[in-house]
Amino acid sequence: MASTDTTTAGKGTDKADDLAGLEAGLDALDAVQVNRTPVREVLLHKVLPPLAAVALVLVAWQLLVWAEVTEDYKLPAPSAVWDSVSDMWLKGTLFEVIWTSVSRGLLGFLLALAIGTPLGLVVARVKFVRAAIGPILSGLQSLPSVAWVPPAVIWLGLNDKMMFAVILLGAVPSIANGLVSGVDQVPPLFLRAGRTLGATGLKGAWHIVMPAALPGYVAGLKQGWAFSWRSLMAAEIIASSPDLGLGLGQLLENGRNNADMPGVFLAIVLILIVGIAIDLLIFSPLERWVLRSRGLLVRS
Amino acid sequence: MATAIAKAEDRVSVEHEYAARLGHVSKSFNGPAGPQLVLDDITLDVAPGEFVTLLGASGCGKSTLLNLVAGLDRPTAGSIETPGGRPALMFQEHALFPWLTAGKNIELALKLRGVPKGARRQEAERLLELVRLGGAFRKRVHELSGGMRQRVAMARALAQDSRLLLMDEPFAALDAITRDVLHDELTRIWRETNVSVLFVTHNVREAVRLAQRVVLLSSRPGRVAREWTVDIDQPRRIEDTAVAELSVEITEELRGEIRRHGQH
Repeated sequence: MASTDTTTAGKGTDKADDLAGLEAGLDALDAVQVNRTPVREVLLHKVLPPLAAVALVLVAWQLLVWAEVTEDYKLPAPSAVWDSVSDMWLKGTLFEVIWTSVSRGLLGFLLALAIGTPLGLVVARVKFVRAAIGPILSGLQSLPSVAWVPPAVIWLGLNDKMMFAVILLGAVPSIANGLVSGVDQVPPLFLRAGRTLGATGLKGAWHIVMPAALPGYVAGLKQGWAFSWRSLMAAEIIASSPDLGLGLGQLLENGRNNADMPGVFLAIVLILIVGIAIDLLIFSPLERWVLRSRGLLVRS
Repeated sequence: MATAIAKAEDRVSVEHEYAARLGHVSKSFNGPAGPQLVLDDITLDVAPGEFVTLLGASGCGKSTLLNLVAGLDRPTAGSIETPGGRPALMFQEHALFPWLTAGKNIELALKLRGVPKGARRQEAERLLELVRLGGAFRKRVHELSGGMRQRVAMARALAQDSRLLLMDEPFAALDAITRDVLHDELTRIWRETNVSVLFVTHNVREAVRLAQRVVLLSSRPGRVAREWTVDIDQPRRIEDTAVAELSVEITEELRGEIRRHGQH
């Protein structure tokens, strides 16, 4: 970019040309170089370590089984868990079970998003509302969402509505709080700059406050998803009924009832994998994109 | 879209006799020991197309005064008129929005001014060309150097198409070489666009290098202490003898103002 400007400076006769050339030179000297990490390095530094950790856990597990530290109905071998997976795979129920929970979780999360976002904005911007419900909202975050399952069952019965209610009560405070802290951290300079440009009121909220608060908001979403997923699993484990369809939580509870330890292990592993996968596929890329586009992501 | 020069000339016919008029402006803030007077009875005109620097030591209320003229705060007493619409304001920090590219920062200013969607891109490109950053449209703020950021900030301020540009020590955080270049750049843009500039600084040389008129403010409270008209041909250099001589005279006066505060 800068090098094209220097051709005009090459003539060097006019004073204006001289300034342009000087400036192009300064720009070229000062310009910040932004490089992207090559794929090989990503594989080596980001993918390999967690895979090695998982392998290590599997090896330790197998060693414990071989050492016969406890009866095999308490600690099944990794191969027994693997057999459970392939069994479910062959019966064609594996993805059905996962999808039942994931679709509930994501739908509940989207609902929480739709409620938590305006709520967070109002709490952040309206002093009275903030004083009134701000502390309650942050307090709710420390309340385990399992606590909501009994009242939700009584109020709404054993159905999907009750599951969504529990998810909302778990995730809405996280999302709203994330947005509130995001808004609180907007540098006052941006607000002043926005006001001089004419961005006041709703225009200011849309063009300045919301985008400036995005990093905090995304962090809130990430936490909101974790809370959604945890709440849903709690609800599925406690409230099982044939009408509800088989989700991962019920799979876990069924394993306990049938004294099927490989099934219990399988359910736990699947719950963990889904939680991590959604985070890796959706929220982490979103967060990285937001931070990188602002130059806030320092290469490690 | 007409060029900036043509637009400026169109406007002259309907221009007021001043770009900003401050009449007996005072401002006090509530401090721990009751109201504290920050600005006291400031009366000042900025003529259309004039370049005025406000010079003063710490605590003279320079930034407060600019905030008042920008409409970000209200004076306790007195009146402020800016007939050319809401003034544009540039800060010491570039204040560019990091979630937008350089070009989109300018487009946002155009959008908030009411420029129709179709015309924004071209106008933003033109403003970037004006600050000699054509081709930087897609650059992210963090990819630009300090000097480039201030030039984009200047383009964004100009995008408001205000007749008055307020500058709050915009070059104070830059290195000396870049600052020197941006002085030349600002002088060129000021002459091309015919915009009125009210420029706040604590740097005497910078004030003399840039301005047609230097206004010295006293500190605590800020009052107009003295004014100088700078009769040196532009483009000037900060090293020019004439600039140096006037700077010495103004610095003496400024030091006198500061000394008064140590005497009681």
